[in-house]
Amino acid sequence: MAMELWKGNEAIAEAAVRAGCRFFFGYPITPQNEIPEYMSMRLPQVGGCFLQSESELAAINMVYGAAGAGARVMTSSSSPGISLKQEGITYMVGAQLPAVIINVSRGGPGLGSIQPAQSDYFQSTRGGGNGDYRTVVLAPNTIQEAVDHTQMAFDIADKYRNPVFVLADGMIGQMMEPIEWKEYKPAYTAEKEWATTGHKGKRPHNIVNSLFIDAAGCHQHNLELDKKYKAMEENEKRWQEVGTEDAEVLFVAYGTPSRIALSAAEILKAEGIKAGLFRPITLWPYPMMELREAIMRPSVKAVVCIEMSMGQMVEDVRYAALDKKPVSFCGKAGGVIPTQYEIAAAARAALGR
Amino acid sequence: MAIVYQKSKGLTDKEMHYCPGCTHGIVHKLVAEVLEELNLLDDAIGVCPVGCSVFAYDYFSCDMQEASHGRAPAVATGIKRVHPNSPVFTYQGDGDLAAIGMAEIIHAANRGEKITTIFINNAIYGMTGGQMAPTTLIGQKATTAPLGRDKDLCGGPVHMCEMMSAIDGAVYVERVSVNNIPNLNKAKKAIKKAFELQMQNAGFAFIEVVSTCPTNWGKTPVESMKWLEENMLPVFPLGVYKDVEEVASK
Ligand SMILES: Cc1ncc(C[n+]2csc(CCOP(=O)(O)OP(=O)(O)O)c2C)c(N)n1
Ligand code: SF4
Repeated sequence: MAMELWKGNEAIAEAAVRAGCRFFFGYPITPQNEIPEYMSMRLPQVGGCFLQSESELAAINMVYGAAGAGARVMTSSSSPGISLKQEGITYMVGAQLPAVIINVSRGGPGLGSIQPAQSDYFQSTRGGGNGDYRTVVLAPNTIQEAVDHTQMAFDIADKYRNPVFVLADGMIGQMMEPIEWKEYKPAYTAEKEWATTGHKGKRPHNIVNSLFIDAAGCHQHNLELDKKYKAMEENEKRWQEVGTEDAEVLFVAYGTPSRIALSAAEILKAEGIKAGLFRPITLWPYPMMELREAIMRPSVKAVVCIEMSMGQMVEDVRYAALDKKPVSFCGKAGGVIPTQYEIAAAARAALGR
Repeated sequence: MAIVYQKSKGLTDKEMHYCPGCTHGIVHKLVAEVLEELNLLDDAIGVCPVGCSVFAYDYFSCDMQEASHGRAPAVATGIKRVHPNSPVFTYQGDGDLAAIGMAEIIHAANRGEKITTIFINNAIYGMTGGQMAPTTLIGQKATTAPLGRDKDLCGGPVHMCEMMSAIDGAVYVERVSVNNIPNLNKAKKAIKKAFELQMQNAGFAFIEVVSTCPTNWGKTPVESMKWLEENMLPVFPLGVYKDVEEVASK
């Protein structure tokens, strides 16, 4: 099939439409504005509804209502907006509502910057809202993957009745790359019998709700949610390994830095240093055991975690390494992108060269 | 034997948790009767708030969603956009609607969302135990205003109907009460009109019900009604604040 040149944000929006998303609620924030802008043009063409909300808080609660009413629905934002959406996200997990949330993340804390960053790792993987909850987090590193992940996210969301994140750093949102539009076939098609569609006098009333006022009942609800999280851990873990079989230095990175790490590996190769890349594709569930296995290979002398943050995922990498191999960190925050030269230098330093 | 009165099909058999004399129960009954009389129960989708009426999802027999605190109008917006022909309503207290959810209600009204909002103004935060609400009267005591609401410190009571009537997207705004039978009948008529307008796709309709909270007011149900009449009604005058139909026919 022919390749087409698409900008990340627009490709994500079109991917959602092709995956059957017909409702979008969002609020403007850089660097994700092309998503709502595209949706405002595209959704009416396919009989859907785009609505610009008064805030991210309203947007995510509109998503809650639409998801509860049985629709395929999406919202997108960037870091500060995602902070505001945390309320709705925990309610959606509690009420078991499927939806896709795109975070085209930027520098923080606070208003931070509008350039690409990965400092929302904790927020995305640990849950920025209250309560014991989990969301699958997909982290694309190409526009093609951003498209594939967005479509897959809808299926994962429906399968578990749980919101799913696509965490695309600002680079993925703003960059243009050739992509191929594959035919989308839904992987999960069960009827949403739980949705509030009006009972038509044919069934007991459906209730979409996250309140379980009795402690034992709330505990029981948490046990049921936990079963879903376990199933997600079992089925949804994704990662990629490049040259890890005989690597001396193992890079661990996701999103944009994972691509720069491969350029660094080329530089090192010319110097006779073998560098491999372990790339988590799902940040939750995290491929912890798979990463540990890669780290524990005898050839690996040092591990370097690269992030566009002050060091968040590195905590998981250290946990994977069990203090058996040295883990060092190479990162820049606020929208500064680490270069292949800096990464190569970090690798040399980690190897003591 | 002829049946002269029975519970509305709009209500479930679930025992309500409301305190004796609380007007939440009466307003539930009115909403349920209206939905039944207009034949809307099969399609209706209600949104309940965070507050004493949080369990309304167990009491109304139609499909229901429970929203986070103040966000019911946003949740209802999402529902209505998916099911544009279904009757959608929110039922919200004064803390929920006029404090934390002020932005959501104003913007839902301004968009002219085809939904109906039932707003319970009892001048207090019931569920959390009697803290000051945005509608608490000047001088009225609350657990967070032990000396009474001080206007210099926190402003005066919010007048929702007056505000809503200034919003273009709102087509019908009325303040009612259920303190006596004539007013109860008026309240039901107002709720009915609000749903009828929604089904005609006319726009956003807002019914405020001046209500009681005997428990947190520290009064008996009878004293509460008297207090409502003497203190609340002068501050929150009953009546139609906006009726676009009427304006158009003039
Ligand atoms: C985000 C959030 N903040 C605060 C609360 C606590 N809370 C529960 S009910 C309530 C007040 C409800 O008062 P009102 O809306 O007046 O309804 P009433 O109980 O009087 O019917 C508050 C503050 C909450 N559940 N969620
Ligand atoms: S606390 Fe007040 S508002 Fe709540 S149920 Fe009791 S009387 Fe009604």
